[in-house]
Formats: sequence, C-alpha cells, structure tokens
Amino acid sequence: MDYGTLLQILDSTLRLATPLLLACLAGLFSERSGIFDIGLEGKMLAAAMSAGTVAFLTGSVWIGLLAGIGASIIFAAIHGVASITFRGNQLISGVALNFVASGITVLIAQTLFGQGGRTPPLEGAARFNAITLPFAEALKDVPVIGPLYHEVISGHGAMVYAALLCVPLTWWVLFRTRFGLRLRAVGENPESVDTAGISVVRLRYTAVIITGILCGMAGAYLSTGLQAGFGKEMTAGRGYIALAALIFAKWRPWHALYACLLFGFLQALALRPDVIGGLAGFKVPVPLLDALPYILTVIVLAGFVGKAIPPRAGGEPYVKER
Amino acid sequence: MTKLPPWADLVLVPVISLILAGFFSALVILAIGQSPLEAWTVVWTGAVGSAYGWGYTLYYATSFMFTGLAVTVAFHASLFNIGGEGQAQLGGLGVALVLLALPWPHWTLALPAAMAGAALFGAAWAAIPAWLQATRGSHIVITTIMFNYIAAAFLIFMLVDVLRPAGSMDPTSARFPEGAHLPAFNEIPGLNLIFTKGVPANVTFFVALAACVLVWLLLWRTRLGYEIRAFGKSESAARYAGINAVRITMITMLISGGLAGMMAINNVMGESERLLQNAAEGAGFIGIAVALMGRNHPLGVLLAAILFGFLYQGGAELGLWTSIPIELRIVVQGLVILFTGALDMMVRMMLAPLFRARREAVA
Repeated sequence: MDYGTLLQILDSTLRLATPLLLACLAGLFSERSGIFDIGLEGKMLAAAMSAGTVAFLTGSVWIGLLAGIGASIIFAAIHGVASITFRGNQLISGVALNFVASGITVLIAQTLFGQGGRTPPLEGAARFNAITLPFAEALKDVPVIGPLYHEVISGHGAMVYAALLCVPLTWWVLFRTRFGLRLRAVGENPESVDTAGISVVRLRYTAVIITGILCGMAGAYLSTGLQAGFGKEMTAGRGYIALAALIFAKWRPWHALYACLLFGFLQALALRPDVIGGLAGFKVPVPLLDALPYILTVIVLAGFVGKAIPPRAGGEPYVKER
Repeated sequence: MTKLPPWADLVLVPVISLILAGFFSALVILAIGQSPLEAWTVVWTGAVGSAYGWGYTLYYATSFMFTGLAVTVAFHASLFNIGGEGQAQLGGLGVALVLLALPWPHWTLALPAAMAGAALFGAAWAAIPAWLQATRGSHIVITTIMFNYIAAAFLIFMLVDVLRPAGSMDPTSARFPEGAHLPAFNEIPGLNLIFTKGVPANVTFFVALAACVLVWLLLWRTRLGYEIRAFGKSESAARYAGINAVRITMITMLISGGLAGMMAINNVMGESERLLQNAAEGAGFIGIAVALMGRNHPLGVLLAAILFGFLYQGGAELGLWTSIPIELRIVVQGLVILFTGALDMMVRMMLAPLFRARREAVA
C-alpha cells in the first residue's frame, strides 16, 4: 500500500468516524448520568430523515441541521419521560424508540417525496461542503506532511471539525465544571446528589437532552454531509457501533475519540477490500471486516483488555425517598 | 403507590397499553394523510377475513411464538435476550446444514433432525453472551446486540462463500431435498377443507403450540423452572439458597437461544425451503414485543404472537393495497413495545386513583 492509498483511507476514516464520535459522546452524557440509551440508532435515523427533508425543502443545510436536532430531541425527551418520570425499563424504551424511528422515517419520507422512502438528492448549500483549511494549498507540496494536511486534515465539512471539537468540550464539561461533577455523581450515586439538594430528575433530563442534540448532529451529518440525502435505514447500525465505542472507551471522552477513529478506520478498510487483500496476502472476507467492531467490543466487554465498568447507577430508575 | 388487583395487572394494563399504542398508530396514519378506518378495514380483512389471510397470520404467529418464548424464558431469569434475531439466523443455518447433508426421504424424519440442528445452532449463538454474562459480568444486552450483527455478517459470509451453489449468483443456499418438505395447512387432511389455497402456515404451528406448553411446564412445574424464577427474582437470595448462578444463566440462555433458533423450522424449512439472507426478517425483535405483551406467560405469548401475526399480515396487505408503506407495522410494533414495556408504570399510575377510589367506597 502506497502513501497515497493510506491517505485516502485515513481521509475516509475521519469522515466515517464523525457520526460515530458524535453519537458516542451523546451516549456518554446519557450513560454518565445513569440513563442507559440503546436508542442512539433511532435518534440518529430520525435526525437524518428530518435534516435531509428540511435541507431539501429550504435549501439550507443549517436549517436542516436544526430540524435534525429537533427530531432527535423529541425522541430523547420520550426516552426521558419513560425512563426518568415513569421509571420504565430504559433498555426496552430504547429498543421501542429504535423501531418507531425505523418505521416512521420511511413513512414520512415516502409520504412527502414518494421515492421509496428516500429524500431527493441534496446539492449545493443543502449539504455540508468541504472547507479548505488555511495554507492547505500552499503546503500541498511539502513532503509527507503536506499531503497529509491537504488530503486528510483539510477539506471536510464543518460537522467533522465540530465533532472533533466536541471531544475537548465534553472533557471540559464533564471534568472541569460543576455541572459535570454533578452529572458524574448522579450516574454513580444519585442518593448523594439528592441529599446535597440537587434535583436528580432535572440533571438527568438535561443529560438526555444533550444526548438528543449530539445524536441530532450525528444524524444530520449522515444525510447532509456523508451522503447527499436520506435513505431508508441509513444509520446501518452506527448507533450500536457508537455504543460499542463508548464501552470500548470506558465512558471517557478522549478514549471515545480513539475508539471511534479505530472503528471508523475499520469501516474505511471494509470499503477497500483490494487494499486488505494486498496487505494480508489472501482474500479477507468483507463480512469479517464488517463484523470486526462488534467482535472487538465483545472482547473488550469480556474484560480481556481491561475491565469496562459502567456508571454504577446506570439503568436504575431513581425513586426519591419520602 | 396503590397496588392494582391481579386481574387489572394481567389484563387491564396490557389492554390499555394496546389501546394507547393503537391510538397513536391511528394518529400516525392521520398525520401521513390517510384514513385510519380504511387502514383498519384492509388490515382486518387481509389478516383474518379469509382462510387465506389466516394462513399467513398463523404462519407469522408461529415464528413469533418461538421468539416470544425465547425472550420469556430469559426474562424469568432477569436476562434480557435481545439476541433472538441472531439466534434465529443461526438456527436457519443449522436447519440448512442438516437438510442439505442428507437426501431426506420423509419430513417426519427430517423435522426432528432439523429441529435439533436449529436449536443447537441457536443455543450455541446464545452460549457465548451467556458465558460472558455469567463469568465475566459483561452485560448480556450489549453482547447479544453485538452478536446479532456478527450473526448477520457470518451468514452473509456463509451464503456467499460457502453455501452458494456453484454458478449461482444469488446469495442463497441450494434448495432443500423434496423429502424435507413440511406439509402446509392446505396439504394436511382435514385442514385442507378450510385452507383451499396455498398458505405458508405449516405443521410447525403445532410444534410451536407444544413449545408453549413445554415452556409452561418447565417454568412452573419443574425444579429447574423454580430455580430460574428464583434467580430472576433475586440473584443474591438464589445464591444463598444454593442455586449456582453460572449454571442457571447458562441453562436459561441455552434454552432461550434454542427456542429462538427453532423458529427457523417455520420460515427456512417450512416456507422458503432454502436459506435466504436475513431469513428471520426481524422476528427475533418482535419476540421482545410478544413477551412484553404476553406478560411473560406462555398463554400470553400465544395470544400476543397471534396478535402480532395479525398485525404483520395486515401490514403487508396495507403495503399491497393502499399507499400506506409497509413500514407502518414497524411503527406499531415500536409503539406496542413502548407502551407495554417502558410506559406500563404510566398506565398503572393512571389506573391507581380509580382503584383507590373504589376501595375507599367499599371500605
């Protein structure tokens, strides 16, 4: 494999890692507050459809993004009501909302556009277009680093950079602010937070809504950045891969970035069977590459690569003492 | 909170949840500019308005009984098996390997062998998550989800690279031998007087009914069933009573995976008669809804499976005869899971004041 091919793969790694990263950070907020969320997939799908539709109708990707975030927040709020207010089973609620999203996105897209559940292709200002970073053209001819900067780091849509910025931001919010301290505490020991006079319910709702916003960005990126329009089931399990990355990262923001880049890299490789065949010297079945993120997650879960311990109060509804 | 009387808990709460899910489904149909009443008429006549419709409804119900029982058994041990889909896919592989291995002379010989293959492969697929949960504390929900995806990838590999007959372009296995054909309802003497047209419902339906009875016997009439339920109620109490947690987790999940795998004799052996890609078609997930709706009791599972068979067949008819997309049934399925599984506390909270008022009036 030559340097040019490597750069191509790294370039698509970054693009494919972006939705995973946003969804993974989304899950991080929710799970750190003690609310399990296996509904990342559904929220992303709802956001992808909503963003694709509105971006097409208005011709503006930014209004599309807002619509995507809005749709995702609605799903997040339902999950919040079911798991916080009505103390329902968080796993079941997540599964249910994934189904609702899977069906309703096709229903709406089909009703609006009648193209078999797709939105019409987006173009121009209705998509996130490539941003050329400063000096990318000038540095293009510098050996090794120049092409790396020009090909891999520069030339992505705004959402890719936004996702990368979300990593330090999440770290800062979680570990350097009062809100973050409380959020982590409510996921470990809600009683103590309650005793300190802070509302568990309010903290958890805040976390769930943040999850909605980030999933909305992830979904909007799928239909307006990574691809040009919404297609049926276009999330293709990314919500679950993000969940896997979250466990892989042991619920920590920087590690989430590394895990998502790794899974993004695997997805980018799976798109290039020719390269892997050349590297391995034999024909590696593509399904194996597709399954690799899941297999890796199971290995991590099994505790062979350090133990992944979730937030202690995760999945447990909080009942205030009377 | 006021405790509801048992009959309200068992019957009233699921029925109200179902009504709520139906109400919101109707809103969805209205929102996409269609008539809920017209949709209902199509669903009703398409699913139960004729023997032909019933032949499909009961075919789907058969699959859902197996996956619903699979989720039920695991639920009783407080294990949430979301992996029914993957286990059913692997069950299909087991069926295909067994049926393609020998030139089966008659279905009465082929059926037990295929059942064993299906159950074995399904159970094997559940075994790893079970073992990881029991000994390494990995959350079974996450591992079974992962195993669904691994199963899908594995099946694509098997169909494309191993089972696909030479020269064929489709990623499917070869057709099973003639002798392995299961009698459909229209081929069974007696039943063929009712089912005159070819329907997919087949003898597997009776196997599923037997499975309902056996699961009931297992859970409430055997020592193992008692241990499973005790373990599900309180793991620490069960341990204290000398119940081996690893053993119970493993056995429960093996039974659960085996049941999910057995679904394959209905769809793979009974209907398509060769292994197709994504043969389970989401039935593994519907098992969750069926178990929740059926309140984790085999009789409830039977009724809920028929209800979902009805919705599935009706949904297919909608896709065929109206401009409402077939995906409506996934929305309905999601809403049923949401209201019966996650929001049942809401329904209870709504009902509690009524019963409190009644109790006070009596007292």
